[in-house]
Amino acid sequence: MEIPYTVEARPDTGLYNAKVGIWLFLASEVMLFGGLFSAFVLLRVGAEPGTWPHGWQNIVLGTINTIVLALSAITTLMAWVACKVRDFGKFKFFHACTLLLALTFLCIKFVEYSEHLNHYEITLANGDIYDGDMVSNDPTQDHVVIRGRKDQILKNGEPDLYDLRAQKDIPESEITIPRSQISQMDNYGPWHNNYLALYYTLTGLHAMHILGGSIVIGYLWGPGRKLWKKDPERFTNRVEVSGLFWHFVDLVWIFLFPVLYLT
Amino acid sequence: MSEPHTAPVASAPQSHDHPVEFNSYVRRCAIVLGVVFVAVGLMIWTSYIPEARLDWSPKIAIILLIASCNAFIVAGFLMHLISERKMVYTILGFTVTFVIGLFALTLYAMSDFPLHTITR
Amino acid sequence: MDAHVEQFPPYRKSEAYDEHSHDDHGHAHHEPGFWGKFIFSTDHKVIGIQYGVTALCFLFFGLMLMLLMRWQIAHPGKPVPLIGHLLELIFQHPGMANPAAGGVISRDLYNSFGAMHGTIMVFLGIVPLAFAAFGNYVVPLMIGAPDMVFPRVNMASYQAYFLGGLVMFISFFIPGGAAQAGWTSYSPLATSIPTHGQLFWIIGMILLISSSLLGAVNFIATIIQLRAPGMTWMRMPWFVWTQFVTAFLLLLAFPPLEAAAIMQLMDNVAHTSFFLPTGLAIGGNLAHISGGGSPLLWQHLFWFLGHPEVYVLILPAMGIVCEIIANNTRKPIWGYKALVYSVLAIGFLSMIVWAHHMYMTGMGTVISTFFQATTMIISIPSVIILTCLFISLWGGSIHINTPMLFALAFLPMFGIGGLTGLPLGFNVSDIHLHDTYYVIAHFHYVVAPGTIFGLFAGVYYWYPKMTGRKMNEFWGHIHFWCSLIFMNLTFMPMFSQGMAGMLRRMADGGANYSAAVNSKAGGDVIGGLSPFIMSLHTPILWAAICLGIAQIPFIVNFFWSIGHGEKVGTNPWKSTTLEWQTPTPPPHGNFEHTPHVYRAPYEYSVPGHARDYTPQNEPEISTPAAPKIATTAH
Repeated sequence: MEIPYTVEARPDTGLYNAKVGIWLFLASEVMLFGGLFSAFVLLRVGAEPGTWPHGWQNIVLGTINTIVLALSAITTLMAWVACKVRDFGKFKFFHACTLLLALTFLCIKFVEYSEHLNHYEITLANGDIYDGDMVSNDPTQDHVVIRGRKDQILKNGEPDLYDLRAQKDIPESEITIPRSQISQMDNYGPWHNNYLALYYTLTGLHAMHILGGSIVIGYLWGPGRKLWKKDPERFTNRVEVSGLFWHFVDLVWIFLFPVLYLT
Repeated sequence: MSEPHTAPVASAPQSHDHPVEFNSYVRRCAIVLGVVFVAVGLMIWTSYIPEARLDWSPKIAIILLIASCNAFIVAGFLMHLISERKMVYTILGFTVTFVIGLFALTLYAMSDFPLHTITR
Repeated sequence: MDAHVEQFPPYRKSEAYDEHSHDDHGHAHHEPGFWGKFIFSTDHKVIGIQYGVTALCFLFFGLMLMLLMRWQIAHPGKPVPLIGHLLELIFQHPGMANPAAGGVISRDLYNSFGAMHGTIMVFLGIVPLAFAAFGNYVVPLMIGAPDMVFPRVNMASYQAYFLGGLVMFISFFIPGGAAQAGWTSYSPLATSIPTHGQLFWIIGMILLISSSLLGAVNFIATIIQLRAPGMTWMRMPWFVWTQFVTAFLLLLAFPPLEAAAIMQLMDNVAHTSFFLPTGLAIGGNLAHISGGGSPLLWQHLFWFLGHPEVYVLILPAMGIVCEIIANNTRKPIWGYKALVYSVLAIGFLSMIVWAHHMYMTGMGTVISTFFQATTMIISIPSVIILTCLFISLWGGSIHINTPMLFALAFLPMFGIGGLTGLPLGFNVSDIHLHDTYYVIAHFHYVVAPGTIFGLFAGVYYWYPKMTGRKMNEFWGHIHFWCSLIFMNLTFMPMFSQGMAGMLRRMADGGANYSAAVNSKAGGDVIGGLSPFIMSLHTPILWAAICLGIAQIPFIVNFFWSIGHGEKVGTNPWKSTTLEWQTPTPPPHGNFEHTPHVYRAPYEYSVPGHARDYTPQNEPEISTPAAPKIATTAH
């Protein structure tokens, strides 16, 4: 006996098996990212006032990524449409576009992470705080060079680097700091504060989903296309199901972008 | 823009009961893309409104509202959620309920704690 | 005798059931070798048995850990007899103090045993056995499906479970040993322990959660899509309903724990502070962390799963008990609709009661009231279920066999477990009972003489379908009576200990605490753990040892009956449900032709029928009423 409803829809539910499966899986993914977002909300609400970063992200890169992902969602859908009208050439083209856009997204993410990991916050022994991108951290030299600025301490005692949006008019310059004066030096990794921890975790998990989705789409575009000759409808269903996953990943980014970059 | 639920086209076995037209999809995709661009632009513009004119809390609410509309457009049209079946709606309905429960109850629990002991 | 089908017939390849990657080669069908048939099989029955055997092994391992702990509690500081040397050897690592030096279980080792006993029993033992093993084997057969809807995903989910179990098992042997922060792995303790056990625990959990998620997707989609024609929702055996709700709980409740596990992993490895508060001091020194985290956040996310998890543990067992009671009373279950709505209600409500595990975290009165209310409300459908099962016994022709003994015992045992949960559900009484042995007794009553009895019943019941032979009845009865008596002797005294104030997770069984409190007061005080309370440790230890010994007949019976058990036909229990209407064991694809379902699941002793059971796939016959054979009592 063969497994029914792999291609044709079951009459009472109107769905084929993989579609039920993918929506169930997406429901669990909603709960997964929901758990992370709830952690974000809780930690944000529970943070000391004035210590939660604003404007630490590169909005230009973030916007580009948003557009790239939106485009890739479109190309994924068009790939499915091409399968539906049995135009395999168009399918290959659109899925290739999707893969390239995914790669672009990941590259931009990599650039963003590198930028963050290269950005240092240096506290001197006398309490002054400097932050900027590392230019030279040569261990043989007795000083470090950053390209940034000295932070002003606000009336409430907090440094103003938490709200970089308000500081964009302050010019940056190359600053040389002798190592002997440094009491603490830390880069913007996940260990630096909870905002960055959440940023790396959320975008990292999202990037892993992009990677996973790309692998599936790449498989369908490459070795998996053999099913097209034998059973095109079944192949089309696979394209649709992987497309649904891809759209979900785009949906997550639609919420990630404003929450992490714009708030 | 939702497809009518017509009888299956008499060609290869269709798992959807509506025919698919390439050009109509190109058109709908262009519209969706346009809406997404506008939404993203609006969100960025809202985020740059100075603190003095719009407080932080309503600002975030507006941005998230725009994001939700954006999400609805993507989910509705690109994922065909608008013309999906009752079974899928049921699954998603329960999921959304429990996500709301997770957020709401956890947030409330974290903020509801006794401030004083009995003997002040 | 019914035709005895060969154990694993040649794998039949057909058009749409071509799940292998051979679709690109167009091979003629070929027989899968040993690896394809037994290790990398996609057949739900093989996977079910794989899950079952692996889970039973882990249950046994968890039992061993429990015995070690009970020894330590009853004889703190004394070397473990018989295997003390073995422990010393296993846990020795160069450059580190031996946690089992001289055969004595150190406190850290005790904590790791405690943490792993809980983790292994819950996530590696009960859930895989109750949900994955029985569900995988029985559910597709019961609904008339040829297999699960995604066979390869099924195989992947077993492999993820196996890997997760392997990671958990290996964690015992790394320097520093296994996780020590309890099965609940609360931060900041979980992040402060300097060994790698917690890391292994988190990685193991992520693998196990992924396995459960894949399994849950499979189950729900199978039940929605692959019910045979005529198998409407309200004609499904109640066991399938419980598996359906269990799968939904796993699907929606596990991911927030996965999110929390990822964050705890980041805390451990990347030095983030998701759950570490500002000002945390470890070992007297300020921790070098960014701070700002919230330990309560971990608790919320953990218990968001943790509570639905306990319903995952109990619901499949209730389903099994229902099947067996219907079968062995020869009458339909009373209140099928009530059972269905109750299990749906339990599923929904279980997602909004979790903070009753957190009453002692300083929660305010409003939110406490909310969770108390939902906790009390959720007891109602549980009672309805138990009541329906009890009433089903009334007027039945009760057949006593091993499965029925376990099923009958389940009812009062689960009753005790459930009732003792009520004082824990009210935060007023929970102030006194939280984190005491009362809690341990409560949940062990629900899970041990509750769920595990249901699972034993299932093993004895479905064994003839898997192997074509019945397990030995005499030794089954011995196993039952010994297990029942010794489980009660083990856990009943713990209620007293808990009410007297004995706390959980005390490596010396409360000896130091008792001595300190009593000496300060100059004698016995209430809550000071009187000598009587402390003396209960010894009978509990002996009861636990006897409980362990009582499982030996089961293990021997299980393996011996494969070759020497009484041979039976395809439907030895004369059951109405579809899994008994297949050959034994069911071939690949289960049914030669798609079965058609015409009846409700428990058509026993239908007036006017010749036999006292009518299978679900038997069509309506319009013959004159046959003379009623007086086999049923009404």
